[in-house]
Amino acid sequence: MSVIFVPEQLGLSLLGGVLIGAAAGGLLLVNGRVAGISGILSAATARGTKAWHWAFLAGLLAAGSGAALSGRALPAGLGAGHVMLLAVAGLLAGVGTRLSGGCTSGHGVCGLARLSPRSLVAVLTFMLAAGVTVFLERHGL
Amino acid sequence: MRALVTAFGFGLLFGAGLLVSGMTDPSRVKAFLDVSGAWNPALALVMGGAVVVALPAFAYGKRLPRALLADEISLPTRTQIDARLLGGAAIFGVGWGLGGICPGPGLVMAGAGALGAGVFVLTSALGARLADWLFTAG
Repeated sequence: MSVIFVPEQLGLSLLGGVLIGAAAGGLLLVNGRVAGISGILSAATARGTKAWHWAFLAGLLAAGSGAALSGRALPAGLGAGHVMLLAVAGLLAGVGTRLSGGCTSGHGVCGLARLSPRSLVAVLTFMLAAGVTVFLERHGL
Repeated sequence: MRALVTAFGFGLLFGAGLLVSGMTDPSRVKAFLDVSGAWNPALALVMGGAVVVALPAFAYGKRLPRALLADEISLPTRTQIDARLLGGAAIFGVGWGLGGICPGPGLVMAGAGALGAGVFVLTSALGARLADWLFTAG
């Protein structure tokens, strides 16, 4: 293996993380809610959905729209050519997060921030499974 | 009404963070997950930075009787570490590794007009209902 360090990426990833943490902390202290995105998406599309679910999701969508309108190019791997793969990936993400009760945000950011052992186990498990998946895709099979 | 505005604002801020961080780029995500190849560890700083910032907010929030705009602070109550947690997290991990996006970045890139990201979000919502149907008694 080799390790790639791009100093600019390190700074931006840290900055992005700080913004995400501020948003999660803000939603908790102001709205009294946990920023678990798979949970909010699931609740928004189920019976008994609340307006704040859709407001939060609209904010996420608007961030992407704003970036596109300001001329930011779409990354590769998310276009029409990858629709089938992403349909399967989404289905697995939906089933898995519903069963485990969280995704990268709910378990990863909020769960770790409230020092939940359950979330730590979830994070280690999905990181390992994702790593093995990419390994098999790139080096195996 | 004010709570809806702030929920939208925190969604927007969260989305901006995802865009800046690199989490919305599947090639960056896969380079982070591919420890055995040319490993790019930058994305570890996303979760790290987010947790460090959110930690005091959650520590403080746990002790507050109410939120600024809500009568209660709703925190998850489940603590059990069981097959459902492990199996679900593993299934989610396979989905994240295959697609290179998780639900947050999926929504952000759907908003940016990426067709595949929109499909990912729709099948994620469908998958949650499927899990309810398959695994929830009653």
